[in-house]
Amino acid sequence: MSAILEASAVPTASRRFRPGRMLQRHPFPVVGGVLLGLLVLSALAAPWIAPHDPIEMNIIDRLQPPGGDYLFGTDAYGRDLFSRVLHGGRVSILIGFTVAAASTVIGLLIGVVAGYFRLADAIIMRVMDGLMAIPGILLAIALMSLTRASLWVVVVAITIPEIPRVVRLVRAVVLSVREQAYIQAATAIGTRFPRLMRLHILPSTFAPLIVQATYICASAVLTESYLSFLGVGTPPEIPSWGNIIAEGRLYVQLAFWNILFPGIALALMVLSVNVLGDGLRDALDPRLARRL
Amino acid sequence: MGPYILRRVLATIPVMGVVAVIVFLMLRLSPGDPAAILAGDQATMADIAAIRERLGLDQPLLHQFVVWVGELLTGDLGKSIYLNRPVTGLILERVEPTLALSISTMIFAILFAVPMGVVAAWRAGSWVDQTIMGLSVLAFSVPVFLIGYGLVIGFALRLDLLPVQGFVSLWDNPVGFARHLVLPTMTLGLVYMALLARITRATMLDVLNEDFIRTARAKGLAEPRVLILHALKNASVPIVTTIGLGIALLIGGVVVTESVFAIPGIGRLTIEAVLQRDYPVIQGVILAVAGVYVLVNLAIDLTYSALDPRIRF
Repeated sequence: MSAILEASAVPTASRRFRPGRMLQRHPFPVVGGVLLGLLVLSALAAPWIAPHDPIEMNIIDRLQPPGGDYLFGTDAYGRDLFSRVLHGGRVSILIGFTVAAASTVIGLLIGVVAGYFRLADAIIMRVMDGLMAIPGILLAIALMSLTRASLWVVVVAITIPEIPRVVRLVRAVVLSVREQAYIQAATAIGTRFPRLMRLHILPSTFAPLIVQATYICASAVLTESYLSFLGVGTPPEIPSWGNIIAEGRLYVQLAFWNILFPGIALALMVLSVNVLGDGLRDALDPRLARRL
Repeated sequence: MGPYILRRVLATIPVMGVVAVIVFLMLRLSPGDPAAILAGDQATMADIAAIRERLGLDQPLLHQFVVWVGELLTGDLGKSIYLNRPVTGLILERVEPTLALSISTMIFAILFAVPMGVVAAWRAGSWVDQTIMGLSVLAFSVPVFLIGYGLVIGFALRLDLLPVQGFVSLWDNPVGFARHLVLPTMTLGLVYMALLARITRATMLDVLNEDFIRTARAKGLAEPRVLILHALKNASVPIVTTIGLGIALLIGGVVVTESVFAIPGIGRLTIEAVLQRDYPVIQGVILAVAGVYVLVNLAIDLTYSALDPRIRF
């Protein structure tokens, strides 16, 4: 109650950034954002904060339980799991962010064309319907089978199945915007297409796209781990979370920590991105916020 | 009614056509010589030439496509390079475990998710709602294998209540079949349940704001009756439609779950095919799975148009 009075009495006070109040109002997105920030920082700083070399083998210390010199224990080759998990974060974050950015940009371009040009729309949407009928992970697996595995092939294989959803989203926004009176007005005064696009149509797509991009990021991180877990993802010598778990599955009974710690890191990363996405959706679209 | 059904059935043809073109072009347009990629690293020139001829890759592209589609229409998905057997037969051999896991997961998820979503929407904003929604975000953020191995360590290795892995056919041993399905179903069901609970809640919230709900309450109807007979019944169309579209996601989860529990299903077949670079099998699996997805969604749409006269597209 006092907060409302204070805000109405001193309008500028509510504009000042107050972390405490934000935490109180939107606890989940803020916690998610902070958690994601910590994960990204620790991954970026991995070469400096990791206590051991992530690929240095030390057979004498193989399958050590967590504790002592090895915070998360060691794997079957005596490599320090904590250092590997820190480094694995770099791969996941790289893949998550690249896939989110690439699929959003490509989807935006195709979606705008589909939404604005009737002729292209019919063809593009049939292709997207076809792509969506193939489960994303199967399509990614099939794409992985066609070339020698590398980090960039993984990015492409995960990006392609994510594109149709972006296209549909952008197309829906463009279709609804192009009927608005202000677009007719802009066309009437002779605004050329590129300018119309840039100033009047594209801005409406940004809010839903940002939300979609966070969900894609979360899903890409999970998909990478699934592909690597199945043995058809990131090349095994790169310590991604999926690869650490794929190696650890052979020793589930002897050393479950080989699956537990990278699994928890993965879950925290995906959870923080998803929660952040929910928060962004609520903040950017108040109409939806009441519903979901 | 008649024209709608016809149009809806015909609409599946371009979708399947596009899937076929995608699968066909994927191999042909991949960087490098497809025959050399499929032959692997240790292949001799003769091996590569043999594969090129087997798959007809030396023919003109259009000719290849027409021949291939002609075979597809007769139900012939081609032959496995590695096993030298028809792909259709390979898929049919592996279909039982995948189908069993998909169906049991769906039932498990619907049984729990729909009541959870209804309660969350009914008490929107309360601690019950926040708990259910919080848990559901958690459940679909946790990777399938973490849940899977957690359940294996707990229920199979420590408590020794259920088998660790594998699959038993329903026709051989119904009890063994059920026991082997419990852990995989719970693993995948938790993820799918989370998704379904969110959708149920969102749809129910929409319906609960409608005028006829207010009328029903004003008439003095009991709250369970309002929720189930008035609200859930009307929310069921979007919920079931989303379940249909979610099959693509479910199949992705099935592939990973089959790997965790060493279940010899379609997922395992696909992974084996990828490791052996057996492209005809991969291609056949994708076509078959996409076909099932399209047919299930067709069935859902047609059922609803029969039940609800308002639905016309």
